[in-house]
Amino acid sequence: MPTLFDKIWAAHVVDRLEDGTAILYIDRHLVHEVTSPQAFEGLRASGRRLRRPDATIAVADHNVPTVDRSMPIEEPQSRLQIETLERNVAEFGVPYFPLRSREQGIVHIIGPEQGISLPGMTIVCGDSHTSTHGALGALAFGIGTSEVEHVMATQTLLQKPAKNMRIRVEGDLAPGVTAKDVMLAIIGTIGTAGGTGHVIEFAGSAIRGLDMAGRMTICNMSIEAGARAGLVAPDDTTFAYVKGRPFAPKGEAFDRAVEYWRSLHSDPDAVFDTEVDLRAEDIAPLVTWGTSPEDVVAITGIVPDPAAAADEARRAQMQRMLDYMGLSAGQKLAEVPVDAVFIGSCTNGRIEDMRAAAAIARGRHVAPGVRAMVVPGSGLVKQQAEQEGLDRVFLEAGFEWREAGCSMCLGMNPDKLTPGQRCASTSNRNFEGRQGPGGRTHLLSPAMAAAAAVTGRLCDVRELV
Amino acid sequence: MQAFTTLTAVAAPLPEANIDTDKIIPARFLKTIQRSGLGKNAFDAMRYNPDGTEKPDFVLNREPYRHAQILITHENFGCGSSREHAPWALLDFGIRCVIAPSFADIFHNNCFKNGILPIRLPREICDALMEDAAQGANSRLTVDLERQVVVRPDGEEIAFEVDALRRHLLLEGLDDIGQTLQHAPAIERFEQAREAAPWVPSIVL
Ligand code: SF4
Repeated sequence: MPTLFDKIWAAHVVDRLEDGTAILYIDRHLVHEVTSPQAFEGLRASGRRLRRPDATIAVADHNVPTVDRSMPIEEPQSRLQIETLERNVAEFGVPYFPLRSREQGIVHIIGPEQGISLPGMTIVCGDSHTSTHGALGALAFGIGTSEVEHVMATQTLLQKPAKNMRIRVEGDLAPGVTAKDVMLAIIGTIGTAGGTGHVIEFAGSAIRGLDMAGRMTICNMSIEAGARAGLVAPDDTTFAYVKGRPFAPKGEAFDRAVEYWRSLHSDPDAVFDTEVDLRAEDIAPLVTWGTSPEDVVAITGIVPDPAAAADEARRAQMQRMLDYMGLSAGQKLAEVPVDAVFIGSCTNGRIEDMRAAAAIARGRHVAPGVRAMVVPGSGLVKQQAEQEGLDRVFLEAGFEWREAGCSMCLGMNPDKLTPGQRCASTSNRNFEGRQGPGGRTHLLSPAMAAAAAVTGRLCDVRELV
Repeated sequence: MQAFTTLTAVAAPLPEANIDTDKIIPARFLKTIQRSGLGKNAFDAMRYNPDGTEKPDFVLNREPYRHAQILITHENFGCGSSREHAPWALLDFGIRCVIAPSFADIFHNNCFKNGILPIRLPREICDALMEDAAQGANSRLTVDLERQVVVRPDGEEIAFEVDALRRHLLLEGLDDIGQTLQHAPAIERFEQAREAAPWVPSIVL
């Protein structure tokens, strides 16, 4: 009996090659400035057309500055990539949200926000965090630039089916524990290669109980667990979220769509290649201490000791990470001072994340010497937050309130750490240099990031509520 | 795409697990709009000091490994971001083959699409090949895709597995798009059958 993944997969197989490789139809192709220029270049060079502009959407997000949009982009290479995207979308007739439009934002924020990403679809983008859209019950995964060109030319991909994994989180989350903590706990449990070759379906009452923003946070970091994609079966929470979005079906078409979407779940007797179970009650607010997302520890815990590692290779690796991070074994996490705080990214740049951070920031002030920035995931998130007065809360508390983009999630635009700076970040990767050369990243939830900003150290958010 | 048949070349040992794509090519070099030219920044942080001078100890800064076309490494090579700039950077440096116990999925896929052959071999064998590679210029490895073997300097042959279709495309230097477009009628039939589906509306701005 089929899993959710099997069902979506089967509905999109166009044909098969002799060796069984599927030609998989792609419903949505999201395009951004970094991974598309070489694909458009390839299309042009081979005289091929873009098959379905009406299934494609483009936006610039990775290297856009997050300052006032009326300013020109100073960095010449960033400007060139964005201008190249604008030239390409005009030439190939691709729908595009311009940099100065309200709809601009991080590609993985705007797909769901606009109703462009819908349940049951196959969704791809030249970006690994495409897995975010799986929260809607869509099969969504990142592809390389050659595949971007392949989708542009054929609206399909050559694919082998992935293995099925189910991760169930049952029970109730404790106060102060968020979707981000659940996902860090999962990655801490299965490791960054734990999901390799699999599509993960997230299930169980704790997942069902999450709003769409939380489900997106979880699916977003499926890639950090090594998986191809993450999925949550669509339910009433999903349908309520989708309804009324600009590009979602309307009226009677919406009702017919819902009828179909209700069939999208793993059958009760579906067989998974791998199953993992977690208890929601066991999950504490977490923070990473190393340079891999699997290196997590409870905020109440201490930096682990390499001497206790299972083998020599791990011991050496842990020591290297501690040296890079400027931490020592046994140090209390909640006493580690921070220089910077970043609240944003496709992991935690939605309105719900802004609200969670603002709830902590309200009436408090950023600690002296700390630079704290809040970067909404899209122009619409920013607008919504401003309507709710969250911008005032942040500004009065001494946070920066910036324009939408990937910002300090990666060191590719002007928002960067300087060498040695330590950052509490709501993004998804703590790799060496990810937020700027020599920068040190601790991954955590938006509320925990705000708590770090106002206390000037990694901090258990439960102390403040 | 350049075909891959047989390669006899210097192999560089890089005994480290979980080398992510940020290490292979850091994000700040992704701003190019072309595929070529990334080789000089491959492994940038491992290869250069902050002032831009070379780190003399790093394997690819030493002879004969400056000319390596084969890279031997440890588990989970290419994890992290899906950037195809990673294989482009390796290719531009001159790497045509990477041997490791395991690879991250997307990176593994991207290698084939760019004419790089990723070979999975057990950790002990990778370690043995690294010892061969440590012999320097005198120990070139041969990778024979036709016969699916790696030939050690002493002539011992190690068989490896490779997906049949991937092997065919690499041997012929064929690109995937041309192959898929041979199935265009099936794609059209699929699109026609789906035209009425309300759950896949067109995007019209
Ligand atoms: S916010 Fe970060 S992870 Fe998300 S798309 Fe941008 S760079 Fe990638």
